[in-house]
Amino acid sequence: MAVLEVKNMGKSYGTLEVLQKIDFSLEKGESLAIIGSSGSGKTTLLRCLNFLEKPDKGSIMVNNEVIFDALDPTTQRESEVRKKRLHFGLVFQNFNLFPQYTVLKNVTLAAELLAKERSDYKQGKKAIMNEIEDRAKRLLAQVGLSDKLDNYPHMISGGQQQRVAIARALALEPDILCFDEPTSALDPELTGEVLKVIRNLADENTTMIIVTHEMDFARDVADRVIFMDEGVIVEQGSPQEVFDNPREERTKQFLYRYKKDKDHSL
Amino acid sequence: MDQVFVIVNRLSESFLLNCRLFALTLLFSLPLGLLISFGSMSRFYPLRWLMRTLVWVVRGSPLMLQLMIIFYGPGLLSLSYTWPAGDTGRFVAATVAFVINYACYFSEIFRGGIESIPRGQYEAGLVLGMTKSQIFFKVTLLQVIKRILPPVGNEVITLVKDTSLARIIANKEIIMMAGEYSSKGLIWPLFATGIYFLVFVGVLTIMLDWLEKKLGYFRT
Repeated sequence: MAVLEVKNMGKSYGTLEVLQKIDFSLEKGESLAIIGSSGSGKTTLLRCLNFLEKPDKGSIMVNNEVIFDALDPTTQRESEVRKKRLHFGLVFQNFNLFPQYTVLKNVTLAAELLAKERSDYKQGKKAIMNEIEDRAKRLLAQVGLSDKLDNYPHMISGGQQQRVAIARALALEPDILCFDEPTSALDPELTGEVLKVIRNLADENTTMIIVTHEMDFARDVADRVIFMDEGVIVEQGSPQEVFDNPREERTKQFLYRYKKDKDHSL
Repeated sequence: MDQVFVIVNRLSESFLLNCRLFALTLLFSLPLGLLISFGSMSRFYPLRWLMRTLVWVVRGSPLMLQLMIIFYGPGLLSLSYTWPAGDTGRFVAATVAFVINYACYFSEIFRGGIESIPRGQYEAGLVLGMTKSQIFFKVTLLQVIKRILPPVGNEVITLVKDTSLARIIANKEIIMMAGEYSSKGLIWPLFATGIYFLVFVGVLTIMLDWLEKKLGYFRT
């Protein structure tokens, strides 16, 4: 069963169409990599899924429930958007940790605020808070940061910050975890540790969408790959299909350019 | 010697008026400034225009003039409301003028501070399911406070000395009191008033430094 189904999604800024006819679906436990050059619309696509941008066309379905339909204003109520966002988690390119909170508090904050809306919060306050903290500690252990719980974001490296951001997104147990170029803001020697964490998540069948420039990583980790160019999905398929036997000319050119740059740098 | 004691006593008493004006102005102008800054960032154009015009008028004209307009204005225009008679009326009018004036300055500092917080902080809050007010109070506010502390400190220190302007509508503040002696040929009380201001600002500076250190545990 598809966790996510995106149909005919489109988005434009004025006359500039940044997304056109975006169609894809995602199965539970699957990881999807989206590749393409800068400005191809990858990030906008993720931002639309997370309700940070509003698509002009098309629909989004999660677990067979329509959570957005451009033609149906009742699906766009501001009051419900906040709850719908929780289907998705988003890890940003530049982490966006909250600088005034410790690593642990960064992970627990949102869950604590949401818990206050629960009807049983008053009775079970202590138990609920303990549970949230335990889960946060477990997640931080999972990303290898058990010894940094009380550190503030500026005290740890970019790679560690990004791993905190991943734990923070996982804390709300999203159906689909999105990564927006998670290693692009990192020094090369720090990308490995973040990619390793994402790889582990893929091995545990976390449902993920990863926008990335790391082609080798995409090929390794993703179950499926989408190549985007100028706001449209040019090609999608298994990593073998897209990377080894691309059908479309534009995909071939993109991969050729990438390969040439890589050989050049070696 | 007795005379010195009497004069110091009277100077101290009159400095209390400066202190009261200072405290009341801060108490009301900080929250009012925050409201004005929200208005000046509003997406509703008429409100934004109104707030920015208010800020322009208030920052663009002398505080001394504002004091006079606010104190004498209602009477001159024969409005039904006028300030209470005597010292109370003079003091309340001065407080109102100071609050409006400083709120406008603070609002611009707040606006700059709020707009300087990276959008990513706001978006991170959104994708974690926070409401706008949760994002403001739990995520943005402390970062804003840390950033605006130095310029706010500047305004607060200026305010201490500006309180003397209240004499223009005959509030008996410390420099006015000292002036009464100097007009009788006794000049030292006028210089002595400087010591009051220096000590007050010195204490404030220590408090502002302490606050800045207190917020030094994180970096924005």
